[in-house]
Order: sequence, then structure tokens, then C-alpha cells
Amino acid sequence: MTDQKHATPLLDELEKGPWPSFVKEIKKSAKSPMVQDLLGQLERSYSEKIGHWKHGGLVGVQGYGGGVIGRYNDLAEEFPGVSEFHTVRVNQPSGWFYTSDALRTLCDIWDAHGSGLTNMHGSTGDMVLLGCRTTELEPIFKKLTDAGFDLGGSGSDMRTPSCCNGMARCEWACYDTMAFCNDMTQTYQDELHRPAFPYKFKIKAAGCPNDCVASVARSDMSVIGTWRDEIQVDQAQVKEYAKKLNIERDVCGRCPTKCITFDAAKSTIAVDDENCVRCMHCINAMPKALAPGKDRGATILIGAKAPIVKGALLASVLVPFIKMEAPYEDIKELIAAMWDLWAEHGQNRERIGEFIQRVGLGNFLEQIGLDPAPEMVVQPRTNPYIYYNLD
Amino acid sequence: MSAPVAKRKTDIGPPHYEKFLPPVIKENYGKWKYHEIPQPGVLMHVSESGAKLFSVRAATPRLLSIETLRLFAALADEFTGGYLRFTSRNNVEFLASDESKVAPLIARLKKEGYPVGGIGPGITNIVHTQGWVHCHSAASDASGVVKSLMDELMPHFERSDLPAKVRVAFACCLNMCGAVHCSDIAVLAVHRKPPKINHDTLHKTCEIPSTVAACPTGAIRPATVNGKQSVEVIEEQCMFCGNCFTVCPSMTMSDPENDGISIWVGGKVSNARHEPMFSKLAIPYLPNNPPRWPEVTDAVKNLVDTYAKDARPFERLGEWIERIGWPKFFKMTGLEFTKYHLDDFTHAGESFKRSAQLRQSRE
Repeated sequence: MTDQKHATPLLDELEKGPWPSFVKEIKKSAKSPMVQDLLGQLERSYSEKIGHWKHGGLVGVQGYGGGVIGRYNDLAEEFPGVSEFHTVRVNQPSGWFYTSDALRTLCDIWDAHGSGLTNMHGSTGDMVLLGCRTTELEPIFKKLTDAGFDLGGSGSDMRTPSCCNGMARCEWACYDTMAFCNDMTQTYQDELHRPAFPYKFKIKAAGCPNDCVASVARSDMSVIGTWRDEIQVDQAQVKEYAKKLNIERDVCGRCPTKCITFDAAKSTIAVDDENCVRCMHCINAMPKALAPGKDRGATILIGAKAPIVKGALLASVLVPFIKMEAPYEDIKELIAAMWDLWAEHGQNRERIGEFIQRVGLGNFLEQIGLDPAPEMVVQPRTNPYIYYNLD
Repeated sequence: MSAPVAKRKTDIGPPHYEKFLPPVIKENYGKWKYHEIPQPGVLMHVSESGAKLFSVRAATPRLLSIETLRLFAALADEFTGGYLRFTSRNNVEFLASDESKVAPLIARLKKEGYPVGGIGPGITNIVHTQGWVHCHSAASDASGVVKSLMDELMPHFERSDLPAKVRVAFACCLNMCGAVHCSDIAVLAVHRKPPKINHDTLHKTCEIPSTVAACPTGAIRPATVNGKQSVEVIEEQCMFCGNCFTVCPSMTMSDPENDGISIWVGGKVSNARHEPMFSKLAIPYLPNNPPRWPEVTDAVKNLVDTYAKDARPFERLGEWIERIGWPKFFKMTGLEFTKYHLDDFTHAGESFKRSAQLRQSRE
């Protein structure tokens, strides 16, 4: 291990314990003078209980407005190694699959031009290269694109779409999430790299209602796989599960619409599919016995976000069911209609969910050419102040 | 004549994922029939053809050096034909088609210090943000809190011994890059004092109209201070969200004495059983106490232990609380219910109890 330039008694405490240590990771990269000063500055934060990074600055690669987050410290004289310590977001391959060769290529680029520290991955889904100087950005970009990689999104643009591993490794995938995610990413390269929206726009693709990518909480457009026909049942396997699982209590008893019943005498189940809300619980509990139906597609929900600016929102239903078939022309038309409206009428830093709150879902639907549907609400309004328009 | 300039490659997007899929996945894409968890940390997917894929999941601290990435690449070469992936919760997964590789791979991962687990009803990796390592608006560190928590919670990572999964997430300010707001247990760092305004720099660094517009409660108005254009904050109206700092660097929020950590419970994103729901406030404030944040780790352990003792199989933390009711939740956890638990922002009234349906108790 390289000798340390700064003592780090507080951080050293976090090398102890069974969970993998981020301090050990930082120290593994300590041959870089940047990382030496990162350790010093972080130790300072631990002792003073305050961060030492300044607000981001405008840095990037030529022709792009996103993909690089400027980062400067406020202790440049003491820790000059991290006076510029920018983040590079590298668009991940769909489903976060890599080969060892691809990983090593990325490591070589980062070894030559940056701190050697990464996040696998950032919150939106990108591979995050953590810490480099402004002068290195163009050389990094050149090498990344030569190796077949590109930058992800940042700022008020379409952020890097992400998805679960879908049909690559899951029997519950109701559509090909990785194909869809890749298609969206490639179709909207301009919107991804050149911020031109009122605020960020995230797309996340989940193959089934388990939503392993948290799309309903974290994406402006959430595409969640579902099905229209009957749950597939293998009664022989139900009998096997009956030996080890309390089906009556833990499967039927937990069904949100009580649409599944268990015949203990025969050890079989029956599903009232008309009342099934496709929650996945019974399928999760008995994966060998039950499977989503065969007429598969997705539900599109709109408008999820974290609290900034006016409060957090979960996404709400926009399209109750849609078949998911490449090249996804119907979804692209829908996206174009939403972006046109929001780009023209959205306020600065207004996510599409907040925009809908402000203009009203009814008006929003009218403008993008969708009909209102009862699936979009928990219940119709109870408030009688109705904006009737009689023209 | 100048030399021809090579065309700059842009907008190529990420490499196509097919390049990175192991043969067993390419051959069985869309044909998986079912899966089992043969042992903690291992998923076995079985295809209609009978082919099997073994995914071995190991923890990472998310912040990874290229030395460790090269180690993962070498392990993939040795055990899984060079194929691996990362999960939405920052674990690494090695994708083996040969079952005989699973045991030696697990042994190596453990030897290298990367515990194997995180599948099924337990606690997997904590989704988190940058904290003091790399963020300008952090009210706490992220990696240090996560490391301290997972050192304590690791048995639930390796054993999957809880009634249902408990998703824990950490965000270092209300921007919530980790979108913690729908987690079983959300650890959220908070500021608690109004912004400190640097009137000497504000007119140079900030656009005053957009700074005024950034405030969700209308607490900021233009002002002239010492002859310079600036803003003032109606402090009683400030709820410490940090929106102003996001658009105006001269309004800093960080405060070593008063920043700290809040804890929220009972959110989920999955549609299984109960619909997705937000996390609700359990603990309004715990102090920032680096390097190990003992108050935070004790609080989270208490929540997990209380839940584990009383919840029924398949019941997520939020579902458990809905069954027993919030009064009993506060009683069982020993947490204080305060005025901070009462919402007073946009959707305030939605959380008020508007019926007399209460679980009364005799004492």
C-alpha cells in the first residue's frame, strides 16, 4: 500500500468490520495524488462534520450539455489534488451486464485519466467515474467512444434510462425490458446529451409488477410489465408447495383482492382472474407453480419524483395496458406528445409529475390525445369545484 | 493544407447488451421457466430447455476502486467465463452455467472480503448517495453510515432470516438521489437551519428571480443588503429543503452542529400484496456522529428487531405497521411521537386520521 500523505484516524475506523469497506477501496487507489488528497479532505469532513465540495460548475465535453458533473473543493490550497474532481457518467449497458474484458477496458481508461474510483452504479443507473480534472475530459471521452461507450445524462435532459434484467434472467418478465431500454437510449441520444427540458426526465423499465428498478418511485415514465389473460397454474407443483407452505394463510390470505382460493382436500388452487390485480404475490410465493399469463404487455405510469421541488410523488397510471413491441412507435408518439407539451408549458425545474399537478391530469390528457380512464384514479373526484368548459 | 480532422464520434450510446450476455443467457433469453434459491446468495434459474444459470450475488460498497473491478474481472474469468453483472442495489453477480464453479467462487469471494447473500427475505445492500465523498449539498456522509449499518445488519444479508425483505436506503439530503422515499427503512440526512446568505457574492453567483422562485414556501424575497442586490429569507417559513442552494451557491445549508439524520419507515415499490407506498417519519432527528453513527445504527437495529419479532411471513415493514396500527408501532419500538410527525406541507391533511376507528387499550 502506498504511504499516506494525510493521517486518517477517523476513516481508519471504517476499515474495520465485516462489510466491504469504502475506505479500503479509496486506499487501494491511493497511488493517485488526487486520491491522497481525497482521503485528507474526507478525514477533515469527518472531524468537522461538514462537506468540502462546492456547487458544481459548467464543465463537459464538446457538443454535449450533460454527462459530466463539475466538482470543485473549497480547500484547494490544502488539498490541491481534488481542487477539480469531476464526475463522468458513463451510460451502462442495459441490465448492467459486462464482460471481464469490457470492465478492464473501462478500468484502463480511468487508470490513465482519473482517480481510479468508481461507483457501480450511480442512482440513475450510469457507471460513475468519480474524480478527474477538466483537461482529462476530452481524452476520456475519445477513449470511451473508441471503446464503444458513451456518456449518460445529467441536468435538465432525458436521464440515462435503466431497466431490470428482464428476459435475460427472469421468468416473470412480461416484456423485453433490455431491448426497450436500449431502444429508448439509442432513439433519444440527442435528448440524453443536450439538456433542453424544463427539468430532468427519467425512464425506467421493469419487467413485472415486482418493479426491481423502483420505477414507480423513481422515474418520470415508469413502464411496468403485466398481463391480460389468466395466471398460468401448474396444479402438480401447487401440491408440492402445499407440503412446505401454508397456502391458505400466506398466499390466499395475503391476496389483495382475495381472488385466489385453496382447496385443501385436493391441494389445488383456483384464481378468479377477472379480479386479480396482477400484484405478483402468489407467483412470488410459488414460482414453480404459478406464472404470469401469456398475453403480456405493460402498464405505463407517469410522474414519479423525489421531494424537490414541491413534494415527492409516486407515478400514476397513464396507459393501463399496452403491447410492448419494437420499434415501440405508439410509445414514441406518446413521449413526443408529452415532451412537446411539457417543454412548451413547463416551468423551470418543474418535473412532469408536478406539471400535471399544476395543469390538471384532465387537461394534460386532452393535450396529449389520451382519453381519461377509470384505471387512472383510486376513485373519481369528491371535490365539486369542477372547471366545466362548455365551448 | 491542413491535415484532415478525424470525425469526432458522438451519440453512439452504450454498447448493445447482447455483447455482454453469456451463452446460456443468449440461448435461453425469454425462455426461463422458474427459479429457486438453493443456498443464500445464489439464484438458480431453470429454462424450458432444462438449462440452468447460477447467479452468485456478493456485496460491494458501491464505491469501488479499479483494483477491485479488475479483481471481479479476474474472478469472472476464472469461474464464469468472464461474465458478470451488477444489480440495482449495487451488488455484483457472477453468472455461472457450471454448477461446480459455485462453491469455489463463493469461497473466493468470502476470502477476498465480499460477503455472499442479499437474496430473499432479508436485508440486501443499502442504496445510497455520495455524501461527503463527493457531494456539495450533503448533510452527512453516506458511505460511512452505510458501512456502519451493514456491519451490524450483515447477518440478515447472509442468512435471509426476516419475515420479508427489508429495503434500506440512505440519502444525504432532501434531493434524495437515492430516492429513499419508498423504502422499508429510509435513512435521510437533514439540514435544520435556514440558509446562510453570502451577500457579498450572491449578486455575482445567483440569478435573483430564479432563486426567489426556487422556494416552495415563498420564503425568499429580493432585498438590497449593504447596497448590493441580494435576497432575504423569512426564516419562520423555511423548512430547510435546500432548493435555494440548488440554484444559488451563495445560500449554504450545511451546519455541523445542527445537521443530522432522520429515519422513515414502511415504504415499498413492489406491487406485491399492498400497493407501493411512501416511507413515513419514525425518528425526526439523530445527531451526526462520525465515524460510526452509533445512534443511527442502534435505531435501525431496534426497528429491524421489533419488526422481525412481531411481523408475519411475507409481511413487509409497512404492511406490518398497517396491521398493528401506528400507536402500537410507536409503543413497541419505544419511539417518541412528536409534533414533527404531523405533516404541515402540501399534502398535510392526507395523513390525518379522519375517523373514530382506533385500537383503544385498557391501561
